Amino acid sequence: MAFISSGYNPDKPMENRITDIGPRHYEEFYPEVIKKNKGKWLYHEILKPGVLVHVAESGDEVYTVRVGGARLMSITHIREICEIADKHCDGHLRFTTRNNIEFMVDDKSKVDALIKDLEARKFDGGSFKFPVGGTGAGITNIVHTQGWVHCHTPATDASGPVKAAMDELFTDFQSMRMPAHVRIALGCCLNMCGAVHCSDIAILGYHRKPPMVDHAYLDKTCEVPLAIAACPTAALKPKKVDLDGTTVNSIEVNKERCMFCGNCYTMCPSLPLSDKEGDGIVLMVGGKVSNRISAPKFSKVVVSFIPNETPRWPSMTAQLRNIVETYAKDARKYERLGEWAERIGWERFFDKTGLEFSHHLIDDFRDPAYYTWRQTTNFKF
Amino acid sequence: MAKHKTPLLDQLESGPWPSFVSDLKQEAAARAKNEKNVEYQISQDVVEDLLGVLELSYKDGTTHWKHGGIVGVFGYGGGVIGRYCDQPGLFPGVAHFHTIRVAQPAGKFYTTEYLKQLCDLWDLRGSGLTNMHGSTGDIILLGTTTPQIEEFFFELTHNMNQDLGGSGSNLRTPADCIGQARCEFACYDTQDLCHTLTNDYQDELHRPAFPYKFKFKFDGCPNCCVASIARSDMSFIGTWKDDIRIDQDAVAGYVKGEFKPNAGAHSGRDWGAFDIQKEVIALCPTECMKYENGKLEIDNKECTRCMHCINVMPRALKPGKETGLSILVGAKAPILDGAQMGSLLVPFVEVNKENGYEEIKEVVEAIWDWWMEEGKNRERLGELMKRQGFQKMLEATNIKPVAQHVQEPRTNPYIFWKEEEVEGGWERDVNEFRKNHLR
Repeated sequence: MAFISSGYNPDKPMENRITDIGPRHYEEFYPEVIKKNKGKWLYHEILKPGVLVHVAESGDEVYTVRVGGARLMSITHIREICEIADKHCDGHLRFTTRNNIEFMVDDKSKVDALIKDLEARKFDGGSFKFPVGGTGAGITNIVHTQGWVHCHTPATDASGPVKAAMDELFTDFQSMRMPAHVRIALGCCLNMCGAVHCSDIAILGYHRKPPMVDHAYLDKTCEVPLAIAACPTAALKPKKVDLDGTTVNSIEVNKERCMFCGNCYTMCPSLPLSDKEGDGIVLMVGGKVSNRISAPKFSKVVVSFIPNETPRWPSMTAQLRNIVETYAKDARKYERLGEWAERIGWERFFDKTGLEFSHHLIDDFRDPAYYTWRQTTNFKF
Repeated sequence: MAKHKTPLLDQLESGPWPSFVSDLKQEAAARAKNEKNVEYQISQDVVEDLLGVLELSYKDGTTHWKHGGIVGVFGYGGGVIGRYCDQPGLFPGVAHFHTIRVAQPAGKFYTTEYLKQLCDLWDLRGSGLTNMHGSTGDIILLGTTTPQIEEFFFELTHNMNQDLGGSGSNLRTPADCIGQARCEFACYDTQDLCHTLTNDYQDELHRPAFPYKFKFKFDGCPNCCVASIARSDMSFIGTWKDDIRIDQDAVAGYVKGEFKPNAGAHSGRDWGAFDIQKEVIALCPTECMKYENGKLEIDNKECTRCMHCINVMPRALKPGKETGLSILVGAKAPILDGAQMGSLLVPFVEVNKENGYEEIKEVVEAIWDWWMEEGKNRERLGELMKRQGFQKMLEATNIKPVAQHVQEPRTNPYIFWKEEEVEGGWERDVNEFRKNHLR
């Protein structure tokens, strides 16, 4: 393959350089019916799972068909999305915050053909390319991170567990039988690029072995003070190490103090901590970001560890099913998972879900831990 | 014939949910076939090698990606993340596999013309793999080599009038909810505020000058669909000051069962007939509503605008007309000191497009001045707030303390009084004191 120049001249990087232009203006991308009725919408209705209508003051309507997408997406797939949007939606579409794709049409008569087209398309392996759903009191698409596809610090994969989870929960992507919407997120390490800390159900990759120290290279690849400062529990200190007769500057890890966050590894590649047996998944539940009825909440750890059972994480998907079913059966209409758990009490949550309570689930990290202990005689046997 | 055997990944092709493995395979096949005769600028079998290295991770339970090196485009300190494989001999196609972040348009609406152009460019100069979108909101282009980065950027800016997104200790690419474009709840134009601030702060977005990352997110109402309250250092949430607008006829329609409650969101189960007392009045967190003699009344002064009643009866209830936004600050994920939710800093500010959002930018810049002055290396705004206290932030932003700022007043009396607040100041003469208090 021959190198094709864009016109960029490496000897004169500033020549014809365009910078700081930002993203394209959003108005260039609005479908006509959106442009015309922006800010003048009266109400909306979910006609069936995955299909919404929004009605404007002008009487105009926009019908939205929402489909799930794996956020890891090839250009072949995106071109197919474009082909569909060209065929049905005048060349417009949008993505949602939760990796869904929305196809919009301005007339009810166009909806059925669009849905039929979307549902007919399957990958060679047999899965749907564009499953319709993800609305209302159901389980929509999972917000997630890179995992083993492209990240240097993960404790689990992202795309694989998400695929396994959504296969398990697929009927609830396409129905609305939950008491309220259930938001699931996956973060493949404590960095939580997927911001799983406020989800109804959070799947979180976690390491359980302290970092190894690559003494021979540490001082060459890392700034020792920066790596030491990166540790939130002060588990690292400088150490001179004798390696075959030469003394090198390195780091000592106080293993008892390590909480396996991996922040040191982010600062210093000579402190790797990933490990097949050590790494796995933590499940957290009960978070929310909406201010509806109750204030936003953080997710709480309810399963301290599940091993990485590749390729389909069956123990994890079984627990997801268990939590979802227990919630669906027991919660009141409009009650989010965290609101339900708080109403019945967390001790009841463990009773009803059958999840095992262990010392790992009692907070012992700094001041906020104290506020999570029971400071009343009001509890349930 | 596939370059690497992937027996584990193959098991992720079955089941109804779209399989990323099938998609990767179709891209690998498309590149092998190359029907358009593209002169691929990176390995033609890059996707095969990605499948290979991912299969290896499925086998040995760990990642095979190394830390990024310093890669990027001239003059920017963000937008490209270096990525190298730790098994380059086995998977040469992905030995160098850098990520490019492209700033997404506000609202994530697209034309197919734009997407197809981006696909063509990424076909030529990258792996053909993307994330639509990354967690922060950018279009993520996964995998290219160092020599392609400037070439890609040149074509992106010249041919597509499109810039990179943020990474590193920069302003990260701001993100917004769908807002007024297609939502009746939105209290301000999230797209315009997001786009305007993104463009006004291009320097902060491209050139790292901050202690650590900084995120803006824009939610049109307290439903917080873009999770700003949990995920952004500065969260802009639409709200209103006046009365919820009520259409009593439509309320009656809901009561009579003519309209589905919550816009039909619960229609997958028989929850029984809609009961306004149970489903709206009794669930109102401030108990500020009543429904008597066929009339809904709201004591708006007591309402905290949680959106529940509006969500349940969108045809009957609307946010007020005196709209604006609340600013909450300091949210972040747990690294390092535990997760933090946004804390209310500005209860209400008008959203004033005409003056370029001057009042909002004033708060943004005051916060940045304080954080850049006081923040330690890799200290998020929320962590600085915890370390120095809420009062210091109020001083830095010149915002008057109000009871709305707290959930409850402090439970300890350890007030850091300032000398000027105490009558007579702190300088005293111990000898004068001793005249009345013998040693």
